[in-house]
Amino acid sequence: MLREYTCIMCPKGCDMTAELDDKGTLLSVSGHTCKKGEEYVIQELTDPRRNIATSVLIEGGEIPLVSVRLTSAIPKDRIFDAMEVIKKVKVKAPVEVGQVIIQNILELDSDVVITKKVGIV
Amino acid sequence: MKKTDVLIIGGGPAGLAAAVELKKKGIDDILILEREKSLGGILRQCIHDGFGLTRFKETLSGPEYAQRFIDQVEELNIPYITDTTVIDVTDSKMVYAASSKGLLEIQAKAVVLAMGCRERTRGAISIPGERPAGVYTAGVAQSYINLYNKMPGKEVVILGSGDIGMIMARRMTLEGAHVNAVFEVQPYPSGLPRNIEQCLNDYNIPLFLSHTVTEIKGKERLEAVVVSQVDEHFNPIPGSEKEYPCDTLILSVGLIPENELSLEAGVELDARTKGAIVDEHYQTTIEGIFAAGNVLQVHDLVDFVSLEGEKLADSVADYILSGKSSESSGGNGGSGGIGGRQSAVKPLTKCTAEIITDSNITHTIPQRISGKEDFKISLRVRRPMKEVTIQFLQEDKVIKSVKMKKALPAEMIQIPIKSELLEEGKDLEVKVVC
Repeated sequence: MLREYTCIMCPKGCDMTAELDDKGTLLSVSGHTCKKGEEYVIQELTDPRRNIATSVLIEGGEIPLVSVRLTSAIPKDRIFDAMEVIKKVKVKAPVEVGQVIIQNILELDSDVVITKKVGIV
Repeated sequence: MKKTDVLIIGGGPAGLAAAVELKKKGIDDILILEREKSLGGILRQCIHDGFGLTRFKETLSGPEYAQRFIDQVEELNIPYITDTTVIDVTDSKMVYAASSKGLLEIQAKAVVLAMGCRERTRGAISIPGERPAGVYTAGVAQSYINLYNKMPGKEVVILGSGDIGMIMARRMTLEGAHVNAVFEVQPYPSGLPRNIEQCLNDYNIPLFLSHTVTEIKGKERLEAVVVSQVDEHFNPIPGSEKEYPCDTLILSVGLIPENELSLEAGVELDARTKGAIVDEHYQTTIEGIFAAGNVLQVHDLVDFVSLEGEKLADSVADYILSGKSSESSGGNGGSGGIGGRQSAVKPLTKCTAEIITDSNITHTIPQRISGKEDFKISLRVRRPMKEVTIQFLQEDKVIKSVKMKKALPAEMIQIPIKSELLEEGKDLEVKVVC
């Protein structure tokens, strides 16, 4: 069985074809131009993961929101659970890029970090 | 009246990269003017990740990417003024700007145009129907959600498969909205394949090609849109209409370089890019006025905007520094300029050869070259193609060819060209053979 993939590891977006046997085991990958492509297909078949970016409220800052992201990708089916947790967080200005606001979210081995520097009003 | 060597209009990715590179090349007298309250440009609202893979070899969010450059601007003590809008630029490099402190008048030796681009609106694509609230461009919706904490709506339809539209499809889904579908009038997507995958497919949002919105319904607030399939001439096919109830229509239908100031200065624009016509030094048709980033050509990756800003800065530095050295050795005191204008600059190599394209290519940057220097050409193809060869010819002789597995309109192609391949002053022809 053949399955088509579009790599999301970089903007090149290689079109890849994965060859699978009847049990869904990966036999070969073609079309990728670097090893990240093959890793991506394996990840997609076994445990698809994504990173998410969103915002949290910030008190006393120049802006009402500050952007955050995860330090590593989490299982795709936990994205909305993670969003629920992140939504409840409120931070106080000032904040710096890289500041951890939630450690090990939902025990998924990923932290939520600030991605924008926000000063005090 | 204030004087400066280089005045940069716009503190987004192109302007910031140019400023940092200029300073590193020994230009100290720089000023960045930014109309927003802080530096960073559009990256401030692009909170998703995927930036920086080329430039920094890691994946960053937009604000983080911008901060890397802002930090350098601060460390290098590069002067900038925010909350200040440039309102006029003249061909003699006089720059007028409005701020809360009053009018600024600055005489620059070189002006860097780095104003970025604007979104095409409903008016630009003439969607018929009523004019209710709830119709937003993707970037405006993005700023509402990511900067102002305002949710534009709950039941969403997206017109146009531009990258920002797809990114907003995902963003609004994460924030609890229901995105019905993305409709694209072209028979192919206009955004990057990876965004179709991670923004649409991941959230089961369908993408319909060769479809467009043909009616907008609603009095106060948007109530529904009518979508029709289009034929190969983009004309709606009668009988294909389908109504989608929704409260929000997001438009991601293209970006246009913002060149009102360039026109004021007399800079000649390219009808294809809607940006300035430039040579290999990123110099426009007015000596001493340069352009890079989305004001020059709409990019799909910020990494390439930064690289373009840096490349521009190298030429601007030559322009300023070569003038300075001839000024000190010549002893002319720099007062010999026409009409007493600042003249401590030396014109860069003249670029008289044109770059000519075939019908498979939408445009190139630069449009003019000297043939004496290395340069990097940027171009886009008009339609998706597979197994293509991009050929460069001078006087019907192929001087370089590059093979590509696929070429998409969504992806800018950049190819370096070495000067030793080129004959001076001869036009360069670019063809896509498939």
